[in-house]
Amino acid sequence: MSGKTVKEILTSIRQGETKSRDWVQQSLSAIEQIDGELKSFLLVDPEAALQTADRIDSGQASEGALLRGVPYALKDNIVTKGVRTTAASRILENYIPPYSATSAQKLEAAGGVMVGKTNMDEFAMGSSTETSAFQKTANPYGQEYVPGGSSGGSAAAVAAGLVPFALGSDTGGSIRQPAAFCGCFGLKPTYGRVSRYGLIAFASSLDQIGPFTRTAEDAAIVLNAICGHDPMDSTSARGQGEIDFAEGIDAGVKGMRIGIVRNLPEEGLDPAIKAAVEQAIRTLEQAGAQVVEVELPHMEYAVATYYLIAPAEASSNLARFDGVRYGRRAEASGVIDMFERSRSEGFGMEVKRRIIIGTYALSSGYYDAYYKRAQQMRTLIRQDYDRAFAHCDVILMPTTPTTAFKFGEKADNPLQMYLNDIYTIPANLAGLPGASVPCGFAGGLPIGLQILAKPFDEKSILRVAHAYEQLRSFAWQRPVLGVAE
Amino acid sequence: MNYETVIGLEVHVELKTASKIFCGCKNDSKSEPNTNVCPVCMGHPGALPVLNKNALELGLRAALALNCQINQHSKFDRKNYFYPDSPKGYQISQFDKPIGEHGYIEIEVGGERKRIGITRLHLEEDAGKSTHAADGSHTLVDFNRTGVPLIEIVSEPDIRSPEEARLYLEALKSIMEYCDVSDCRMEEGSLRCDANISLRPVGSTTFGNKAELKNMNSFRNVQRGLEYEVERQRELYEAGEPVVQETRRFDEATQTTISMRSKEEAHDYRYFPEPDLVDLDIDDAWLAQIRTSIPELPAAKRRRYEEELGLPAYDAGVLTADPKTAAYYEQVLAAGADAKAASNWVMSDILGALNSEGKTFAECPITPENLAGLIGEIGSGKISSKQGREVFKAMWETGKSAVAIIKEQGMEQISDVAVLGPILDEVIAHNEKSVADYKGGKDRALAALVGQVMKATKGKANPALVNQLLIEKINAL
Repeated sequence: MSGKTVKEILTSIRQGETKSRDWVQQSLSAIEQIDGELKSFLLVDPEAALQTADRIDSGQASEGALLRGVPYALKDNIVTKGVRTTAASRILENYIPPYSATSAQKLEAAGGVMVGKTNMDEFAMGSSTETSAFQKTANPYGQEYVPGGSSGGSAAAVAAGLVPFALGSDTGGSIRQPAAFCGCFGLKPTYGRVSRYGLIAFASSLDQIGPFTRTAEDAAIVLNAICGHDPMDSTSARGQGEIDFAEGIDAGVKGMRIGIVRNLPEEGLDPAIKAAVEQAIRTLEQAGAQVVEVELPHMEYAVATYYLIAPAEASSNLARFDGVRYGRRAEASGVIDMFERSRSEGFGMEVKRRIIIGTYALSSGYYDAYYKRAQQMRTLIRQDYDRAFAHCDVILMPTTPTTAFKFGEKADNPLQMYLNDIYTIPANLAGLPGASVPCGFAGGLPIGLQILAKPFDEKSILRVAHAYEQLRSFAWQRPVLGVAE
Repeated sequence: MNYETVIGLEVHVELKTASKIFCGCKNDSKSEPNTNVCPVCMGHPGALPVLNKNALELGLRAALALNCQINQHSKFDRKNYFYPDSPKGYQISQFDKPIGEHGYIEIEVGGERKRIGITRLHLEEDAGKSTHAADGSHTLVDFNRTGVPLIEIVSEPDIRSPEEARLYLEALKSIMEYCDVSDCRMEEGSLRCDANISLRPVGSTTFGNKAELKNMNSFRNVQRGLEYEVERQRELYEAGEPVVQETRRFDEATQTTISMRSKEEAHDYRYFPEPDLVDLDIDDAWLAQIRTSIPELPAAKRRRYEEELGLPAYDAGVLTADPKTAAYYEQVLAAGADAKAASNWVMSDILGALNSEGKTFAECPITPENLAGLIGEIGSGKISSKQGREVFKAMWETGKSAVAIIKEQGMEQISDVAVLGPILDEVIAHNEKSVADYKGGKDRALAALVGQVMKATKGKANPALVNQLLIEKINAL
């Protein structure tokens, strides 16, 4: 792992040893040096970032500001006022948002310094960041490997040490899977924990914003800054009160109940990953955690369920990109022609595929057979987890069945690509929080351990992850693309 | 063969909220184009709707006033379709759980009361307004109206004539106005009506192919469009030709309907639950509070005016049609005026004067209290009815009370016997011939004596009283 942690940077700035400008400059230099090959950023604005840093250094952020002076990056589906936001799509190639997402505003208010916007799968649809209309982001651990997706840019940027943290979004694993592929920490909070206002919607009932960091503790610090009810988002949770996610993070796992899934679907699971996850569980057990078996009988239906609900919502969410008010508008002979051409030219293949699947699933005569049944299955999956969490505090399993694959390896086989999300999708369907923490390497590529908890219990996840980070003992490999220690 | 007309109406009513239904923009579609807009109602990427509680409240009030059952657990759905003035590519509406169902409106047809069923009432957002260039070169879109809260009220196919359709709309408008949920100005688009109409042989229980009529901008045009359509469909049936199920546009210039598109091209709106909004759970206490906020509605008021105030049905109908008229009338009564006298003054004089000057009740120069005062002065005999008209005119022009005008113009009638007695005695004493003539049977002679008294009192004497007193005095001579 490369670079300093959020906690280290904050401590240094607060103690007056360094200034925000130092860290922002360091981040910009690293981007300059490495991102030509890594290609994790779609936009970097050095001037704006340095100006912000200077404002903070001259006392414009309060002493207690949660992220005072810390540089960060945003996935390019989080809108930023006046700063081009594309969702990695041609249709928004030149889109300058008139407002900022709540999460972006909160980071700004917390004294963070945005250095740029990161690459992603177009409209977050993909598991490799290959569907980006603009560029292919490399995996820091191997240039021929994908960083995962859809938040591949954010994961790669953090893993390579270009920024200490970045925000991503997770609809079916889009934070946890790239975190696993790139060897960093990624947290998908509970649905409703972080406002979705200003997150360019893929699937509204599944989308959730969360952080990529080097450590669980850093994720707690960032989550403190971005969580909370937002009057602009009706689905953001109320009444969760003031929580400090970092408080009690070092309480250890003694007495905690760790659930492992009996009959976990293991088709296509890399034995090295299975071994690494089992090793991690043993490590936690040795530290005093109690391991219990739980059942998730409907897990095998999760991928099919997800690939009806997510495209259905997406087909509607993406209808607004019509060329009328903003974004790409094609030359055309009439209004219907204009809609068709703008969308044909503006959207990539994967986006079109999902719009078509979703439109079909919602069509009259098919709704009951597809969308409605998928929602019923979603309820069953949620109930599986409710029952399981009666017996345990967290559930552990692999984040992904494989380590990072090579560019093009699955691009032509969408079904193979979709199956890569088998372990991450259920948390989105059930609205649960989940994280991926690095737990080893296979063939030089990182492996992720997934930790799930019941809704609004991110603290248990962070506590287990933090304990594991202190105990893990595998040989950490150096990224091929990354800043030197 | 005899045919029966079957009509169902779909009415959209704009709610009078301060802001739009899902964002904080001002609910005012008449401003400079695209000034009341924001990322939410412009459908910018990432923007999310948040329900305006007041829109829900007004919707519930309307549903209760239309006797609907309320779905306390309700939700919003997306209705997906592409159109340039629909910024999100879908409209947030309600599909299978409308806030209100199974209601009705009572109308009076030919003196008989009739219930028209209401299938459903749901909340939704309005679309923007497209203006197409005459040469077809471009279309301009104004998004001020996007997100204005609407209720859609769908009637059962219970309406049996174009006249009933108009009566239903008038009753609906009146109820909406009483509840203060909408202005219901059809010419400004705050009430819009589409009509489904079909014919069937009398006695048949199935429906014939229907035409959906659009583009009618007044109640009168709704009736006319439907009347045209009844004839058109009847002629088709009689000629043995099929009636095509289609959408037709009312053309005001020719007073006919013109085919727009056939229903075969009907959209599949792909409704599904709106994932950006949480389900609605309307609690009992709030619903009860909304219920109590509904005033006495026109039908009940009309009945009360007839039964308790003894007004003729016609009067009760005119006075209750508009809540402002009823409110004014009731204030006149509260100030002590006689019910029928007040009804006459309000219906003919007040409404007449307001209409001829294009004024509203808010601008009426005569307060209800002052009108009651005028009615009192006439009732007590202080001034005559004829003088009353003059006083009314002066009150309208000056805004002063009847008492002030009467005093200013010295119009008080003299009805005091003590004052009139000596004057009468004098007139009798000085007009021996007339007295003798009257005694001799010439009734006309009395009028001359009354005239003398009026002359002596400068017209202020109460003529009826003078008449009576003169007869008494002469008979006693």
